[in-house]
Amino acid sequence: MASNSILVIGGGFAGLTAALEAAEIGHEVFIIEKTPFLGGRVMQLNKYFPKLCPPSCGLEIQYQRIKNNPKVKFFTLAEVTKVEGGVGNYDVTVRIKPRYAGPSSPDLSDLCSSLDSEVVNDFEFGLATRKPVYMDAPFAFPQRYVVDKAGMSDADKAKVQKCDYFDLNEEEKTVTLNVGSIVIATGWKPYDVTKLTNLGAGQVKNCISNMQMERLASPYGPTNGKIVRPSDGREPKKIAFVQCAGSRDENHLHYCSYICCAASLKQAQYVREQYPDAEVTIFYIDLRTPGRYDNFSKKVLADEKTFAVKGKVAAVEQDKAGDDVWVTVEDAVSGSKSVERFDLVVLATGMQPSLAGASLPLDVPVDSEGFIIGGEEKGIFAAGCAKQPLDVMKSAQSATGAAMKAIQTVRGR
Amino acid sequence: MADKIGVYFDESSLGGVLDIQKLCEGVQKKWSDLCPVVKIHPRLASDDGRAMIQKDIDAGLIEAVCICGTSPRVEWDFYKFGEGVLVERVNLREQCVLCYADPSGEKVQPGQTPELLHKMANDYVNMGVVKLQKANIPAGDSVEVVKRVLVIGGGWAGLTAAKNVASVGYDVTLVEKKDVLGGAAATMYKTIPLSYPYDAAHPTGVEKKIAEVTGNDKIEVLLSSEVVSIAGAPGNYEATVSVGGDERVIPCGSVVLATGWVPQDTAVLKPLGYGKLKNVVTSREFEAMAKAGAIVRKSDGAKPQKVMFLLGVGDKLIPQEAKEAEAKAAALAAAANKEVDDAPKTNFSKQDTCKHLYYSSELTSVTALKQANYVREFIPGGVAMVVYEHMMVPGINELYYKAAQNDPSVMMTKGVINDVRDGGDGDIVVVLEDTLLGSKIEVEVDMLVLPTALVPTTALDPILKLKYRQGPAMPDLELFSGYADSNYICFPYETRRTGIYAAGTVRQPMTLSTTETDAAGAALKAIQCLESANRGMAVHPRSGDLSYPRFNLVRCTQCKRCTEECPFGALDEDEKGNPMPNTSRCRRCGTCMGACPERVIFFDNYNVDQIGSAIKQVEVPDDMAVGGPRMLILACENDAYPALDMAALRGKKWSPYVRIVPVRCLGSVNTIWIADAMSKGTDGCLLLGCKYGEDYQCHFVKGSELCNRRMANIGETLGKLGIETERVQQMQVAIDEYDKVPGMIDEFVDAITKLGPNPFKGY
Repeated sequence: MASNSILVIGGGFAGLTAALEAAEIGHEVFIIEKTPFLGGRVMQLNKYFPKLCPPSCGLEIQYQRIKNNPKVKFFTLAEVTKVEGGVGNYDVTVRIKPRYAGPSSPDLSDLCSSLDSEVVNDFEFGLATRKPVYMDAPFAFPQRYVVDKAGMSDADKAKVQKCDYFDLNEEEKTVTLNVGSIVIATGWKPYDVTKLTNLGAGQVKNCISNMQMERLASPYGPTNGKIVRPSDGREPKKIAFVQCAGSRDENHLHYCSYICCAASLKQAQYVREQYPDAEVTIFYIDLRTPGRYDNFSKKVLADEKTFAVKGKVAAVEQDKAGDDVWVTVEDAVSGSKSVERFDLVVLATGMQPSLAGASLPLDVPVDSEGFIIGGEEKGIFAAGCAKQPLDVMKSAQSATGAAMKAIQTVRGR
Repeated sequence: MADKIGVYFDESSLGGVLDIQKLCEGVQKKWSDLCPVVKIHPRLASDDGRAMIQKDIDAGLIEAVCICGTSPRVEWDFYKFGEGVLVERVNLREQCVLCYADPSGEKVQPGQTPELLHKMANDYVNMGVVKLQKANIPAGDSVEVVKRVLVIGGGWAGLTAAKNVASVGYDVTLVEKKDVLGGAAATMYKTIPLSYPYDAAHPTGVEKKIAEVTGNDKIEVLLSSEVVSIAGAPGNYEATVSVGGDERVIPCGSVVLATGWVPQDTAVLKPLGYGKLKNVVTSREFEAMAKAGAIVRKSDGAKPQKVMFLLGVGDKLIPQEAKEAEAKAAALAAAANKEVDDAPKTNFSKQDTCKHLYYSSELTSVTALKQANYVREFIPGGVAMVVYEHMMVPGINELYYKAAQNDPSVMMTKGVINDVRDGGDGDIVVVLEDTLLGSKIEVEVDMLVLPTALVPTTALDPILKLKYRQGPAMPDLELFSGYADSNYICFPYETRRTGIYAAGTVRQPMTLSTTETDAAGAALKAIQCLESANRGMAVHPRSGDLSYPRFNLVRCTQCKRCTEECPFGALDEDEKGNPMPNTSRCRRCGTCMGACPERVIFFDNYNVDQIGSAIKQVEVPDDMAVGGPRMLILACENDAYPALDMAALRGKKWSPYVRIVPVRCLGSVNTIWIADAMSKGTDGCLLLGCKYGEDYQCHFVKGSELCNRRMANIGETLGKLGIETERVQQMQVAIDEYDKVPGMIDEFVDAITKLGPNPFKGY
């Protein structure tokens, strides 16, 4: 039977937007999110450019919209495992992993901190560890703990089991949803720095990625917002940003990742706000700040201690004697090289579609990079960075457009 | 008006430190008839807890529910009992128990409730009960909507929007100024690639789009037509359109604004040689030549062999920018000197600036790449040179840049222009500067192509010609350099005019492929607005809200504050100055309610009496030395309130002398709440709202800023009463400032405590 419902794969900003915009027209929507919380990549960002406003501000509104709209249903820890049928009438099988925690929102911070296991924290990009019972952020939605059973000692398991909020024996569930069209909003992941061998391959202590910088600057990050060197916790005085770390590169990502130039300008502002004496240098090929981001770029670069230098970074190396970082810059025009020492180096790593090296159980074409390039005739539409690299504003725009297409599919038949 | 309220305590969320039994007894004693059911549940947010409440509702014991436990931001799914049952959440966990800092500095032990903590909880519970007592179930103000969308502009964006709207069953009237459809796209020879693999320019295909629109019987196309005025509100607009000179009235439900752009005044390009040298042309003119089938020089009709596309304008526009800035400052000064009672008849002023050239950088860059490729196509043996400072091809268009570079007849060079000279015989000598090395080179070319900046049509004309009390144009055009854009990164379609959604280059400079998406999005928003108005529901950000401001006009004094201050222009005025509400334009922020000195504006479930009565539930000790001071915090429920919740959950504590009252927006704060609280002996009042200014974060645009302005007035009132003005303060809090906000509260409390007791105490 033809269905008016819409499936949205991915609960990040694009997915939330597509789902809510469709639901507020009256369509039933299902959001399928792989991780334990909605919000996606933007949850990890400290501020948005160019306004330097916090992402949780917009998320709070999105969550209010979800709470007030019975047409929106979401599943976390969920993955689509099978899609059968065709446009207008898809049967979608969704596997839901156990959360091992109850449906309410108790405050169990004391219990959590009393656990002795520590797990590498992927949300913090390895900059910190976490307890095996956790929430990613203070504004995590749903505001419910999740248990990382694999990262738990037996003693912790025993402790947690005693609390009747948890059920460590909870089992995986499967649900089947009937929908008319599908929006893919699977988003992006930061390009793997270990592949950037000339830029230190993630081995240089005080060379971090731009996403790690977001976590350092975040008030709920590993340093509660203080930007310090990972090696010694020292305040950096001289910071370099290396643009196009992986992007616009024949050996890595062929495209431009859209956000990194404006993101580095934004992060330069984080640094300068915290350290009035610090000096920031951004090494770039082209400073790409399209549209009215031009105003933002000019504002940031008007600062007397923020410099933008044209040049491709050829190498990032750790000082042989200490923790400082040496950056070798190649002048594109003259071919000459210069070497400079920094306290902290930030790689403006690009965005890679989440579907690169992964796949969905759907027959939808992707290009060699992993971006979705078709599927519309099947009632399948890509939104946000699953389709191309975009900033948040353009992701929301893309998601709204995709929602329109999805509605057309379910109404047009 | 809830007459029977059930009060339920969630034991599990109160950490064992509250004497819940005592709180229950307090409720029973104080509200015996009003609250026939007072219960404690070990874990209320559970199926069992929910069932317990539902049973009381079903048995007719209660008609409204007061939940005392966690923050309303969580566990919402447990506490929904249908549209007929009002629910109030008393936030005893986050904003009472967890944040409680005992003045002794000691940690509160389970089972030993400090008196101060009990008093705080008791105040909050009483406030919750009163809020329910004074609330009604909002009925909604639904309108019979016209299921027709007016699309203004028949270019790429307008055509796409019209097609999308029609495809889901709504009617469209498309108004186009010219006598043909297609807009700028129809004047293009080719477009940059619109889809994978993004490697070659191709015809736009706009003819197909036009045919689809003209062949769609749901779409009415009006050529040679212009909007004369738009009156009414979402769901029921009346657009007056001049069709070839004859006026026609078109009823429509919502509007897509897709009037696109016009080329920038070429005067801006004078410093780059335009107008002086014949063979210096704009990219717009170059495109027209390609479209017409021949690229030739104006001077001699010859085919140029060497064409330079200049993007690197360097500092050539700086003198002009300075001049524009001066003119703007002078205009502002002149406006400030004008008589105050000279109320603005228009909210529009022209916003075309030379900066539009910078804003158009992405479009001018991809256009230069595209046109460089035309050179080889049209001129055998011809070469093109693209000179740029920053090749602005962000994202996927990098692939097109790469493909364009592969053309052997195209040369790309980094550089900015230093000078343009006549090279004789129509040739042009361009002096380029390498900004990095400081060296100069001279290049002689046969033709120089300068970038055409896109100036949004809304920068030059109000376009919409709204018959709104607040003026004909989209507000805030100045903030967005003339673009009909949104201030919100997260919500790109949200402007201050409900029911009107901008699409394409009138909103931001964008390529055809982005416009395609953008127009689909705007079409969705236009339909969504209709589908909300017909159910009486608010649109973003209070989507689905059925409450709306109601006016007791008998007591209105025609002061016009509400009509002036509404951020969304929802209120018009009749001849006498009475507000004429348009519910479907309204976003339910309550700014009008906050503005009204006569307090004649109210929402069913949020009103001056309700919040004022709740505030009165705060017991203010007569002697500050004994019972401590009391301070009121009015907190924006969208940002400050969540920040407080998160602070508490992060283990932060703050003064136990404050009482927090969430408000829809600081704009909805009526100063009577503060005046009443102060005259009752409350020692201070703190307003926590969003950041305002250019990068404002207020979800209702102006709320926190307006509140701040009103504070100046309340300061005066307090001064007259002999109350120190610093007892009432507004602070700006972003939602992520949870680690800072407790300190802000404590500083405020300390400052007030130092001032000593409110002189009105005990009266």
